[in-house]
Amino acid sequence: MIAELAIKLGVCALVLGGVLNFAGMQTWLERKQSALMQDRIGANRAYFTLPWRWAAPINWLLRKLGGLGILNALADVVKLLTKEDFIPAAGDRFLHTLAPWLSVFFALVAFAAIPIGPPVELFGRSIPLQVANINAGLLVVLALASIGTYGVILAGMVSGNNLSTLGGLRAASQMLAYEIALGVSLVGVVMWYGTLDLQVLVERQGALLWGWLPHWGIFVQPVGCLVFMTAALAETKRVPFDLPEAEPEIIGYFTEYSGMKFGLFFLTDFVEVVLVAALTTTLFFGGWQVPYLSPAGWQFPWSQAVLPVSNLAYVVWGLVSFTAKVVAFIWFFMLIRWTLPRFRYDQLMDLGWKTLFPLALVNIAVTGVLIMLARGSAP
Amino acid sequence: MSGTLSERLLHRLRDAHKRRPLTWWERSYLPAIAQGLWLTSTHFWRNLFLHVAHRVGLFRHLPAAVTIQYPDEQRRTERRLRTRHRLTRRDDGTPRCVACMMCETVCPARCIYIVAGEHPDPNVEKVPKSFDIDLGKCIYCGYCVEACPEDAIRMDTQRHDIAAYTRDGMWLDIKELLRPGSRQPAEPPQKFVQLELSEFRALPPTPEPQQPADAPPA
Repeated sequence: MIAELAIKLGVCALVLGGVLNFAGMQTWLERKQSALMQDRIGANRAYFTLPWRWAAPINWLLRKLGGLGILNALADVVKLLTKEDFIPAAGDRFLHTLAPWLSVFFALVAFAAIPIGPPVELFGRSIPLQVANINAGLLVVLALASIGTYGVILAGMVSGNNLSTLGGLRAASQMLAYEIALGVSLVGVVMWYGTLDLQVLVERQGALLWGWLPHWGIFVQPVGCLVFMTAALAETKRVPFDLPEAEPEIIGYFTEYSGMKFGLFFLTDFVEVVLVAALTTTLFFGGWQVPYLSPAGWQFPWSQAVLPVSNLAYVVWGLVSFTAKVVAFIWFFMLIRWTLPRFRYDQLMDLGWKTLFPLALVNIAVTGVLIMLARGSAP
Repeated sequence: MSGTLSERLLHRLRDAHKRRPLTWWERSYLPAIAQGLWLTSTHFWRNLFLHVAHRVGLFRHLPAAVTIQYPDEQRRTERRLRTRHRLTRRDDGTPRCVACMMCETVCPARCIYIVAGEHPDPNVEKVPKSFDIDLGKCIYCGYCVEACPEDAIRMDTQRHDIAAYTRDGMWLDIKELLRPGSRQPAEPPQKFVQLELSEFRALPPTPEPQQPADAPPA
């Protein structure tokens, strides 16, 4: 009992630590990647040194990290923590404080259902690298991701500021427009793999199509993947879908927030980007699967030989594969964020209701026909 | 299409405001999005490669960013750039200025203030006792330099980092104008300070301002 609890806590710590670190490092990625894309240098000045003589090597390292702009993330945290926490007189004190916590809590909890690696065999136990093995994991993730929007709506409503309210309303309508396309786009995946359990879904993506193509979601559901990624980007409320924020028009739902409460909204944005990257990886890019690597070992399509790997090596390969894919998607979403301009409100609604939603419906029909045709031969 | 090239170009200009209806493929935004992502990601990978290469000393001649790290690096200026003013001096140290008031008259911002005095040499018209420029008003048009018949005022000090904590700090007195850079940043200017000829002669000599090298042919 105690051992199981300790194992669960360990997995929790691994997932939570990974997510928060990815989210935190995104402030660095955001600064540096945008700088490189725009031929700038980016953050390169923030550093501190320790006053003692023995700390010289540490100071050298700190200077180097400051030169890379990594310590800016630390400076952000110090700044946000020491700023005044201001609650407007027209606002509701309790709900105003609750909103950012709601927002960040549900974004973080959604990671519970995402498998980050294959089960690891340790001390005679099989430990799943997944916080909660829920058999309807996909639904749980979607549900939690949409509850998180309530934090945003609440923040806009209770700030006592008209523009914040407008931001909250926009968040609500945007969520309605995209949540449906998001859910419907995944029906195709669920039909094809026949499961809602994310761990099983990832395991089924480990097969090979025609003996050489990994059986990933992107290859069997390309349209679903496109619709999902678009709708999921809209879920994260970042440019080009940052209508709830929209600095030039309305300052956004967090206008009346300062200090760490604002920081939590900021963090939620980044956590949601990690969540969307992890979901895209899990659903469409094989999760922790490495092509041609099965629990038995490496087997390449051009030879019959199997190079065996130990369970631990298999798990490490899985974790590395998952992390690499997630990082690649975070990079890609950041690329989109710094390339595309914001959609106008009517364009956003058009895209959600008139393009993505019908496209997702057609995708379901086509997938159904394909499954009928491929029945018996489908892996 | 008929007509000469210029007629065709004119037609295109005339029709430029008309919107071409987009095809369904263009209306899906996808080609434009792909183009944009391609452009920004090529910049990203190129600059990332160059930043790393610079660290190990390769491809130094290809810049990875257009940034100029201002206080550490300065932008290379052209010689003709109109920078902070200076007053030129005769061989004996007195100002070349003859206080003809041309610059004060032509100045559109009216930021030049001259008090004229007698000069003992009958060949010299007058001499300024004080000569002040309020840089807070100056618009750097360079008319004073153009108007000067004696080449007494120039704008070639290559100083453009002009800042002060007070309005008075923006003034240049005659000592500073004759010897650019001699006043310390914390020191207030001596507004309307009047100097005698002997005091002008006693001022230390002024080094010629450093001029930027001519730009290499592009």
